[in-house]
Formats: sequence, C-alpha cells, structure tokens
Amino acid sequence: MKDYTENFLELVRLTATSMPPDVEKALKESLEKEEKGSAARGAMETIMINIEMAREKSAPICQDTGTPIFYVHYPEGWSTRKLKDQIRKAVALATGKTYLRPNAVDSITGKNTGDNLGDDHYPTIHFEEVEGDTLTVDLILKGGGCENVGAQYKLPDGRLSAGRDLDGVRKVLLDAVYQAQGKGCAPGFLGVAIGGDRGSSFLASKEALLRPLDDKNPDPQLAELEETVTKEANKLGIGPMGFGGKTTVVGTKIKATHRLPACFFVSVSYMCWAYRRRRMIIKGDEVIYE
Amino acid sequence: MIKLTMPISDDQIRNLRVGDTVFLNGVMLTGRDTVHKWMIDTFIEKNRKPEGDDEEVYQAIKPLLEGGVIYHCGPVVAGLDTGDYAFVAAGPTTSIREEPYQGRVMEHFNMKGVIGKGGMGAKTLAACAEVPCVYFHAIGGAATLIAQSVKKVLGVHKMDFGVPEAIWVLEVEDFPVVVTMDSHGSSIHADIESKSKAEFEKLIA
Repeated sequence: MKDYTENFLELVRLTATSMPPDVEKALKESLEKEEKGSAARGAMETIMINIEMAREKSAPICQDTGTPIFYVHYPEGWSTRKLKDQIRKAVALATGKTYLRPNAVDSITGKNTGDNLGDDHYPTIHFEEVEGDTLTVDLILKGGGCENVGAQYKLPDGRLSAGRDLDGVRKVLLDAVYQAQGKGCAPGFLGVAIGGDRGSSFLASKEALLRPLDDKNPDPQLAELEETVTKEANKLGIGPMGFGGKTTVVGTKIKATHRLPACFFVSVSYMCWAYRRRRMIIKGDEVIYE
Repeated sequence: MIKLTMPISDDQIRNLRVGDTVFLNGVMLTGRDTVHKWMIDTFIEKNRKPEGDDEEVYQAIKPLLEGGVIYHCGPVVAGLDTGDYAFVAAGPTTSIREEPYQGRVMEHFNMKGVIGKGGMGAKTLAACAEVPCVYFHAIGGAATLIAQSVKKVLGVHKMDFGVPEAIWVLEVEDFPVVVTMDSHGSSIHADIESKSKAEFEKLIA
C-alpha cells in the first residue's frame, strides 16, 4: 500500500483554509438578503473577506480548527491500520504547519498534547469498506463553539409540547436554534438525525452534514421538513452573529435512522458558518480534491 | 467610528453605547476558560494557593489589565519552536462560558473591556454598569482577518495551559469590534433573545 500522508496533509490544509464552493455561494446569497448598513450585513461582509483572505494566505478560516472527523471509504484489502497511521501523521504535520490549532486536551490533567494527537477517539476516524478500487475520504473540521450548542431531545418533550411525530421534530429543532442564539457562530447549518440510540443518533447527525447543500432529501416528507425548519428558524430573527437579521440558518439536512420502540431521539449537530468539509478521492495514481 | 487606546478611561467607557463600532489600539491580553478559572481560584476567591510562577504572572498582568482588555481567544500561533511568535488565526471564542467568572474578574482588575463573541449574561451586564466596562463583539470565525490587527506578540504567560489557553500579550492596531453590551444596562444579546423568544413561542404554539 502506498503512503498517502502527503495527500492527507493536503486534504487537511484545504479543509482548514478554503471554504467549499457550495458553502461560500450560500453565504454570499445570505449576505445579499441583509439590509445595507445593518450590523448583520457588516458581519457577513467581514466573513466573506475573511474567507477570501484565508484562501489567499493558506491560513485557517477560523482559529478553532475543531475536531478533525474523517470518514474513510476504502477498497477491499486496504489496511485501515496503515491508513489510520498516515492520517494521524498528517494531522500532526498540519498542526506544525499551523493549518490546525493544537486542540487535543487531556480531560483529566488539562494538558494539551500540542500536536492534535489524542487517544483513539482524537482525531475521529470512521472506516467503511466499499466495493471497487476508489478510496474516498471526507473530512469535517467542527469547531467547539458550534459543537457546544448542539443538542439531543427525547420525544415526547412536555416542555415544548413536542410529540413523537415530524411536527414534534420541527418544534425541538426550532428550540435548538433559539437556544443557540448567536453563540454557535450563526448563520449556521443544522445536521439532524431522527432516531437511533443516543450515540448512533449524534453520529448520524454529523453524517447529515456531509451532504451537498443543494441536494434534495430523497424522502419527500423530510425534504419538506428541511425547508420548513430553515424557513421558520429564519423567522426568529437572530441573524448573523446574533446581531439580528434575516439569515439565522442557511440550510437543514435531516437523516432518519431506525430506533428502539421506547426511544425517539432527535439529535442536532449545529455547524457554524465556517462549515469546513472537503473530500479527497484517490483512484490509482489520480488524486482529486473536491 | 471610534478609536480607543488601552488603557481606557471610565469616561471613554461611559461614552460608548451598544451599536458603536470601535477600533482598539495598544496592548491587550488573551484569556479564556483556564485563565478565568485560574484568576478566580488563585487570586479572587483564593481557594487555591499560588504555585510555580502564579504570583509572578499575576504581578505582570495586573498593570496591563488596569484600564485594559481581555480577549476571549485561543489563537493559532506560528513560531512555537523558535519563540518568534506570530498570530496566524485569531478570532474570538464563545464568551458565555466565562459568565460565572467575568464580572468578578472585571471588578478585581478594574478592566474596561472584554472582547468575545455571542455575548454574555445578566451578571456580566451588571458588572459592566458597576465597574464600568463594556463587552466588545468581534466577528466569530473571521480569524485570518482579525489576526492582521495583531501587530506584535509581546510575550506569553502560562504556556503550560496550552497554546489556545495561554495568556498572550499582544500589541494591536485598529482591532475591529462592535459594542454589544454597554455600561448603561443595554445588551443587544438580551434584546435579540427576547424578540426571538416571542417569535419562537408563536411558531411552536
């Protein structure tokens, strides 16, 4: 097996410093909706300048380069042990090159490892074997501010009169956005899972964030819910940075997963405007960074 | 547009109102979760005895915080191996985590400003009126852009807290912020929260 450390390093650099085109386009559209001279528009203008400058300087878009979360789809026969080794090496190298901030902190002693290498869960790497001969690696860098405003609900929820149905899901999602206010760096994106156990539910909510912004949910009920939640969240008027304004949530992506009869979880992974996710595809000698 | 240079006077703070755009100049310190807890435990509540260089660091930062500003920020820093530090990315972190500490820290050091994002709560707002002090909002995530305002890293304390949590001493030039909590009891955050609450209640009714 070849050594792909340099390719993983480039994937990290690209993700940390260069906003994906679909996200950049959506943010630009959000800017246009804000009133001229408003604090919201000023915030969006600053955001757009920053995106451009980060790309130009190859510097992190946000200083919180977050938890690196890798999703690796590998062909039969590849060594996940070697891939993991190469990914960890690339993460440490990227930290040395200041594409990443040293973020792995020992929860007991408070000591920062200095190179973003923690235990087995840090960085997070998910492996899945696939048919064919193509290696596909998705990377999400998810900052702590937005991770802190994520939430998990258990339906029914008496406080919100949210029942075990899609309207109940709608209510708790709006609650999550209301509770977050500007603290998760609005305008944000919602990765949502309905169902699962507590762990698999949060996992699925992050997987929802891998979807391109302009795709449509194949389930018509969920497609409709995604649109409704985005539209209604924007009626809250929280706006960019919580300054008040038209766009609070840019997009919502929902994934349904099977649940136990007794459990009905709704999990929200709130993604800040600095929605950093990139994909690398390796087939033979060809390497594509999307 | 208002330009202010640290140390800032009480009169200058009283003249600021929510919505004002301010460009900050001079020396400021970074400080976030670990630093605020360390200040409270060691020097304000004193339920922990100073250890190692604690006392020395306290004496070094005290004069800088008199009329000074703390920036809630965990930067990406170049030159860690050589000590020739430069800020690469340095946007604000979410301030609300310091809510249990901030008011007392402002009072203790007679600080004039805190920079962060997302706003703070009632305790900090009350301290802002009392001290007086203000909350300056920087644009969250605009890290590369904001790093351009950091002209020089003058030094660093408490590197054992880790790079994001250390106390970085910075010289800044026209550091862009907006006042979102002033010393007259106004908070854009409290205002937006109550407006959005009314809308939220309609939507889930």
